[in-house]
Amino acid sequence: MSLALLIDFGSTFTKILAVDLDREEILAYGQSPTTVETDITIGLRRALDLLPKPIAQKPCACKLASSSAAGGLRMVTIGLVPDLSAEAAHRAALGAGAKVIKIYSFRLSQRELKELERLAPDILLLAGGTDGGNKEVILENARLLAQSRINCPILIAGNKAAADEVNDILSASGKTTLITENVLPEVNTLNVDPARNMIRQIFMERIIEAKGLKKAEAFVEGIVMPTPTAVLKAAQLLAQGTHSEKGLGDLIIIDIGGATTDVHSIGLGTPSQPGVIYKGLPEPLAKRTVEGDLGIRYNAHSILDICGAEKILANAQLPHPQLGQEVTKLSQKVETIPESAADLDLDLALASCAAQVAMARHAGRIEALWGPQGQYYVQYGKDLTAFEHLIGTGGIFIHHPQADHILKKTLFSAEDPFSLRPKNPLIYTDAQYCLFAVGLLADRYPETALRIAKKYLRKWN
Amino acid sequence: MTLAKRSITIVLGVLGVDAHVVGNKIMAHALEKEGFKVVNIGIFSTQEDFIKAAIETAADAILVGSLCGHGELECQGFREKCLEAGIGDIHLVVGGNLVVGKQDWAEVEKRFLKMGFNRAYPPGTSPKKVIEDLKNDLQERLQGR
Repeated sequence: MSLALLIDFGSTFTKILAVDLDREEILAYGQSPTTVETDITIGLRRALDLLPKPIAQKPCACKLASSSAAGGLRMVTIGLVPDLSAEAAHRAALGAGAKVIKIYSFRLSQRELKELERLAPDILLLAGGTDGGNKEVILENARLLAQSRINCPILIAGNKAAADEVNDILSASGKTTLITENVLPEVNTLNVDPARNMIRQIFMERIIEAKGLKKAEAFVEGIVMPTPTAVLKAAQLLAQGTHSEKGLGDLIIIDIGGATTDVHSIGLGTPSQPGVIYKGLPEPLAKRTVEGDLGIRYNAHSILDICGAEKILANAQLPHPQLGQEVTKLSQKVETIPESAADLDLDLALASCAAQVAMARHAGRIEALWGPQGQYYVQYGKDLTAFEHLIGTGGIFIHHPQADHILKKTLFSAEDPFSLRPKNPLIYTDAQYCLFAVGLLADRYPETALRIAKKYLRKWN
Repeated sequence: MTLAKRSITIVLGVLGVDAHVVGNKIMAHALEKEGFKVVNIGIFSTQEDFIKAAIETAADAILVGSLCGHGELECQGFREKCLEAGIGDIHLVVGGNLVVGKQDWAEVEKRFLKMGFNRAYPPGTSPKKVIEDLKNDLQERLQGR
């Protein structure tokens, strides 16, 4: 037997999945609250202790971890035009698994600089200008950053004609800098992969240590990526397959957590109807969006604020006369695992609302325009209507007996036909919580990882 | 510096709810052949789309195509928006079926120049003529600076 231990240092729980790589089987799962404030290895040991003895004592072929602990990977991005290079930088950071806490555009003001210092991101992504395009703004922003107290690594991913000068300005003032390809080499071209890879490298080499997670590396081979990146990698592997093992094709993963809801879509999402014209920045093949205001624990109240009590109750099956109080309790006791029927029902209702909003924000939209020659349809964002697979992951999809309801609520609706959500996908849940592990294994054991994902995803229709 | 020594960036597109793509492609091809860097934002573009692309690419000129006959309405306020966005002195060119009905071109041209366009062209203008003027106009600007 070739044993692999895959660990996720989550914001709330540290989870361990033990996998037999030869037989492609999940052997055991254990979780315990994350202990990042004291010593990350305490929670890890507690989770390990939950695994059956024979497994915990066996030698491992592979021990890899992902992390979203200690606030996750907090990034700030800077670009020139909000819809163009600033948005391209934003997408690159999201695709790298980051939590983007602020996006700036144009020349930074003194007020913004002060705010940026206060925000103290883990990584700053500095873009601006297409290749050969505007140089002045990124240079000016580099000069401003050089004089600031910012001390995180700065990744330069803007106009290549200015990159060296930007680097010189920042390095001369002692900043840590790295240069990569422009995220927006031309107005109609998005180039996020080089920046994504660089962010992951910075995460491994610097951020883990800066966040006090280095200690965990005495036990694991490495914390090799942020958890959202692991899920995005799993999504990509599952959609695209490998040379010898076929993938599923275009798919969407909804990841509902305590603090955020992520949506990952793999597929081009070009217009599925004839006569529809695509507008806006091109979409990345593997796209991730993060809803920082939708989470069923820390942000339970925010779901209530956004959707309203009426909508939450419409998604519930039981009456919740004390809805406000129940939600407050959840947001305060974030480690709550639902036990009573009422708790389970409220979790389902909150998750359904979060998933609906997150899907609507992720999916593209059609806009109908009238011109002298008649009506036209313009598409912004991805058309997901023909995507064939929809997968749910996160704690609620492990425990909840009606988890498929959450996903069904996110589908295309005749009430809002211009929102391009999936119409008739196959529905799966990550009932064994294995997708992060699949992402961690994807580089080293792609075929094995892919077959494990196919085997353990629970199919509902 | 002469024009030939530096690459000239042109933002090209069709303004408004207008699907006429053929002229746009021909113009892009003709400009590229003459060595211009063409940022073609395509059909159904708004004034804002042109201006945003011009800022990001530090463009030298904006070439607006309008075939649907609503040009006069669609083009209003273009120069003012450029001014507001910090590229107020950008070279602005417009051409196509700018108005409907039989109107005297000299009058039409006057109206577009008054709106702040540096050049306006009637239907049937050859791309060659537009490019020639563009080269001369931009060279003149360069020397004027």
